[in-house]
Amino acid sequence: MSGDDLSESLEGIYHIQGRDFVDAGIVSSEVKKSLQGKGIPESIIRRIAVITFEAEINIISYAQQGTIQLFIEPDAVIIEANDMGPGIADIDLALQEGYSTADDSIRELGFGAGMGLCNIRKFSDIFELTSEVGQGTHLKSIVKLNG
Amino acid sequence: MNLETLVEALGLKCKCCWEKLKNTQVRGGYAGDLLSDVMANSSAGDIWVTRQVHQNIVAVASLKDLAGIVVVQGASPDKDTLERAGKEGIPILVTDMAKFEVVGRIYRLLSEG
Repeated sequence: MSGDDLSESLEGIYHIQGRDFVDAGIVSSEVKKSLQGKGIPESIIRRIAVITFEAEINIISYAQQGTIQLFIEPDAVIIEANDMGPGIADIDLALQEGYSTADDSIRELGFGAGMGLCNIRKFSDIFELTSEVGQGTHLKSIVKLNG
Repeated sequence: MNLETLVEALGLKCKCCWEKLKNTQVRGGYAGDLLSDVMANSSAGDIWVTRQVHQNIVAVASLKDLAGIVVVQGASPDKDTLERAGKEGIPILVTDMAKFEVVGRIYRLLSEG
């Protein structure tokens, strides 16, 4: 399926500014639009929309800035999110539903319920999360197009 | 059921995209104020009942292809929310009723077909 060199299948790179909740969802909308009209089932596009939205919200909530990259391969869509942020000290803990380090300003907007990473994992066929404290976090999500 | 029928039956006020009500089909419903919950568990064609009013609700409804948003308890959607809803074509409806009552009435309407 997806080898290491994805450069030929790169569909878009989207920049995200930390703490910019006003524009939250813009990148996810652009990703969704770029997937439409390519013969990809709507149910799969909605799964990818959830993944990109949660990745976008995580970058906005916690990092100074980050990027989301979208790759379309013949048999899969790959979303990679990279950020310059505080990193995650304990990934197993961060992946427990309900665990969150969000502050009140994030929670007031209806985010920060400790569901974001769980949602990304749930809607991905393959999910990889790596992080270095003080450096940032790398997320890779693969959604297969043929079940 | 089309959204216009639902809006009339419940006496909801339409704040945005009234022209879409007649041709929007409501297939089910979801209630919640946690956006990740709604992202994960709502289905396309659902009417979403919430107390949230900021513009991120439009992104959620648009990304999940929801039929529209009902804002409860007399809350006023932000100006930015209505502008973004207009751009994305997401109907925004408001009511003074509490979430419990709105959900109960919608559930009954949809069950009766």
